[in-house]
Amino acid sequence: MSLPAAPAATVAELVRGLAAKRYSSVELTRAYLDRVAAAQPGLNAFITVTGEAALAAAARADEARAAGRGGPLTGVPLAHKDIFCTEGVLTTCGSKMLANFVSPYDATVVAGLRQAGTVMLGKLNMDEFAMGSSNETSFFGPVRNPWDTARVPGGSSGGSAAAVAARIAPAATATDTGGSIRQPAALCGVTGIKPTYGRVSRYGMIAFASSLDQGGLITVSAEDAALLLGPMSGFDPRDSTSVDSPVPDYTATLTDSLDGLTIGLVKEFFDDGLDADCGARIREAISVFEKQGARVREVSCPNLPLSVPTYYVVAPAECSSNLARFDGVRFGHRCESPKNLTDLYSRSRGEGFGAEVKRRIMTGTYVLSAGYYDAYYLKAQRVRQLISADFARAFSECDLLLGPTSPTPAFRIGDKCDDPITMYLNDIYTIGANLAGLPGMSLPCGFVGGLPVGLQLIGPHFSEARMLNAAHRYQMETDWHLQVPAAFA
Amino acid sequence: MEWETVIGLEIHAQLATRSKIFSGSATAYGAEPNTQANLVDLGYPGVLPVLNGEAVRMAVRFGLAIGARIAPHSVFARKNYFYPDLPKGYQISQYELPIVAEGALDVLLDDGSRKRVGITRAHLEEDAGKSMHEGLPGASGIDLNRAGTPLIEIVSEPDLRSAKEAVAYMKKIHTLVRYLDICDGNMQEGSFRCDANVSVRPKGQEKFGTRAEIKNLNSFRFVEKAINYEIERQIELIESGGKVVQETRLYDPDKGETRSMRSKEEANDYRYFPDPDLLPVVLDAAFIDGVRASLPELPDEKAARFVREYGLSEYDAGVLTASRELAAYYEAVVRQVGGEAKLCANWVMGDLAAFLNKDGLEIAASRVDASGLAGLVGRIADATISGKIAKDVFEAMWSSGESADAIIEQKGLRQITDTGAIEKAIEEVMARNPGQLADYRSGKDKLFGFFVGQVMKATGGKANPAQLNELLKKKLAG
Amino acid sequence: MSLNRADIENIARLARLELTETEIPVYVDSLSRIFAFVGELDRAPTAGIAPMAHPLPGLAQRLRPDEVAESDHRELYQRNAPQVEAGLYVVPKVIE
Repeated sequence: MSLPAAPAATVAELVRGLAAKRYSSVELTRAYLDRVAAAQPGLNAFITVTGEAALAAAARADEARAAGRGGPLTGVPLAHKDIFCTEGVLTTCGSKMLANFVSPYDATVVAGLRQAGTVMLGKLNMDEFAMGSSNETSFFGPVRNPWDTARVPGGSSGGSAAAVAARIAPAATATDTGGSIRQPAALCGVTGIKPTYGRVSRYGMIAFASSLDQGGLITVSAEDAALLLGPMSGFDPRDSTSVDSPVPDYTATLTDSLDGLTIGLVKEFFDDGLDADCGARIREAISVFEKQGARVREVSCPNLPLSVPTYYVVAPAECSSNLARFDGVRFGHRCESPKNLTDLYSRSRGEGFGAEVKRRIMTGTYVLSAGYYDAYYLKAQRVRQLISADFARAFSECDLLLGPTSPTPAFRIGDKCDDPITMYLNDIYTIGANLAGLPGMSLPCGFVGGLPVGLQLIGPHFSEARMLNAAHRYQMETDWHLQVPAAFA
Repeated sequence: MEWETVIGLEIHAQLATRSKIFSGSATAYGAEPNTQANLVDLGYPGVLPVLNGEAVRMAVRFGLAIGARIAPHSVFARKNYFYPDLPKGYQISQYELPIVAEGALDVLLDDGSRKRVGITRAHLEEDAGKSMHEGLPGASGIDLNRAGTPLIEIVSEPDLRSAKEAVAYMKKIHTLVRYLDICDGNMQEGSFRCDANVSVRPKGQEKFGTRAEIKNLNSFRFVEKAINYEIERQIELIESGGKVVQETRLYDPDKGETRSMRSKEEANDYRYFPDPDLLPVVLDAAFIDGVRASLPELPDEKAARFVREYGLSEYDAGVLTASRELAAYYEAVVRQVGGEAKLCANWVMGDLAAFLNKDGLEIAASRVDASGLAGLVGRIADATISGKIAKDVFEAMWSSGESADAIIEQKGLRQITDTGAIEKAIEEVMARNPGQLADYRSGKDKLFGFFVGQVMKATGGKANPAQLNELLKKKLAG
Repeated sequence: MSLNRADIENIARLARLELTETEIPVYVDSLSRIFAFVGELDRAPTAGIAPMAHPLPGLAQRLRPDEVAESDHRELYQRNAPQVEAGLYVVPKVIE
């Protein structure tokens, strides 16, 4: 497969290129749409491509630039994970349940990025209802890892990660509930950021686990993330959990010195589950930070190993309730000729939801049910408190935490489908940050057997600027993030 | 076997906010189906709830009015179950930490005694939509206009011991929420509904019997009938060897019976948990004090004041303070008359009430306003007309809209107070009735009334009764 | 913590999920594994620890002003509805 050439490697370059009139947004958008079309059979990264609308928006962006209106991002193409509601456009959440759902409204994130001038190429494939770590549960078929198409891209934002890794979209929005931005970013060799809980509005982001979900980005570089995070962030009166605190200019502090920065290595992250070679890549990365003036020390978060069981009580509980609205009455899949009300619900939902979603709904229903609530749900929320306290203690000693993102590089499609627990353990390093509402990033830091490895940064609440700064300084000294799989170069 | 009834009421009152509790949709009654249901109300994917501050203030008003503790920290919880009028598949309600904790209400019973009824809690929640069954064979149509309307659910302690007590308590709550301007109390439109938990136990037993819940009673009459039916049903059941099942029942007003709700075959496990889309509601002292300062004079306070200031009986004060509008009307009448509180009370509770009832009007729509009635009462007080004549004047005022004075003038109804004229009428009557005169003078005292009646007839009812009595006594005595 | 067929059937009923005969044993197995795994939480030292409902501590619910901010969009919102009649969402008869 030979793709038309990628116009630029990063959003930052596109911003400069558009400003310098090296190309128009229409030319740019057309070029990416061509790449999308060529790559789609092999990667299956997109569910919906909005070609006509994209070109129309690009034309409007060009007009705006010519008239001296618009801003730096005007005319920059990107794609949205199909979990974000987009007005007038199919929004499926990777599920048969919403396979015919055309959203009547825009998510706040979508509106914000549109207002900043970006052009939407289409909607990206994902694990069904964001439940998965491999993008194998999508109703629309698995997404393939551009580095090895027999392997998974990670999940649930597999489409977002694959699209950016293959450079068929300059950047993509994504969401992270237990690692769904960071883990696919690591497996695909791209950069991902999950902001602090409450930083980005959840209005219009189809809910999986309300106290854990957060919208974010998958990009080529930290600089790109810094450029796009601003328009996505900020207080939204439609979201009661949205935090009313000012959004800094994330680009302003990108090149700040790392002198005096204390980085904590979380002891519990470097456990037996971590592939040895991946661990080696992480340690090599650490020395890059040290060379830039950061000091590294070991910290311990002793309750972290309980993250995964905690998450698999809390997240299913919330999702079992969040997904109750899918009942075939007002939207979404409805079974044929329902005999009665119970039949309408049970068959529509039985047909509309895939196995993993049903599994999590049932898990959640059970842990909330009479007699089990205290032992499971309350217990898990108490452990969540312990884990948050561990992080808080760690942050009293250091500015950022560093560790691996994923225990292994990308595994083969179909490998981990038999035992849910094996699949769940893919998120062992990422889940903690979601439980505590902390911001986290994944940056490419090398390869193992030709497959990308990601390192994870975790910061205290609202430390995105600091994290992006550290990530950017790392990327100034390394070029892992600029590597593109040969087939997509 | 002597039985005792134990009743607890759960009252759902729709709060009179302009917009819904978690969305900006209008709450107005009677709109075309689903024209007041936005994405949040419809439970669309991706939407989130945002809390209406006025609903919170109204709940706090209620809590303060029943002397309850206002929770400084309360939590919204999801009550999970599947029903077509519940779009999200869960109702946002409050469970472990409601906004209003224990309070109480003093209720005046029929026999004049007072009963203190405990209120366990009151909490905020959202109303569900409505299902319609007409015109859709084998199907139902769902209207979600009502979904998301704010409700306050008021839970009483199981302190009520009879249907009458239950109705008295329910009426008191009804009055209170209207006083507080937090609910319009319109039961036909569904703004005020009641579920009754009813059980029986042998007199003297401490343990409660199994209770049945009768849902969605929307009139005082139905509440009384439904409870009485249920009590009998339960007693008959137990006495014939059966057991009361804990279940939900509906009252059928046509048959006058309660019956089991078929759709709720199994006890629902609601799986309550704190709603992660909403943060805890934190109310500081300043907020609560602000609401307290905005409380109107409450019904009990007003009634007590009426007893004190106007010398009325507890009963009369209770009737006159049944609504703020009625109490205000009464006070305006007394103020204008400049006294005669009891006389004014009789007129408001008597003739005025009768005419309002006859025409099905609320006090606000009265055809005789406070000033008008005051004018009439004033003419009784200054003896321009008698109380009896005043009734006719009132009727004319009601239908014509004219003032008391205008009608008295038009119809020449001024009372005759001229002693000479009355004496003359008395002499004429005495002369025309020598037989009765002789009988009276020989001891038949009862005939006094006969003479009163005759003189009244002769004067067209206009003789001043007190003067007539005095003069007649003198003249008859010879 | 092992679950049996009856457990799965109960949960599926509560969650309104119709499961096929072949699916049921699969879920019995996977859910049993999940609960065995989750059982690790038992050994966590949570005595005296409060449950964490929200990841950011100390925040309170914002109160919005009581204003009507919506107009009628019924036609748009009902475009996704499987069955609508005279503006009502149609479902099999609701029996009470």
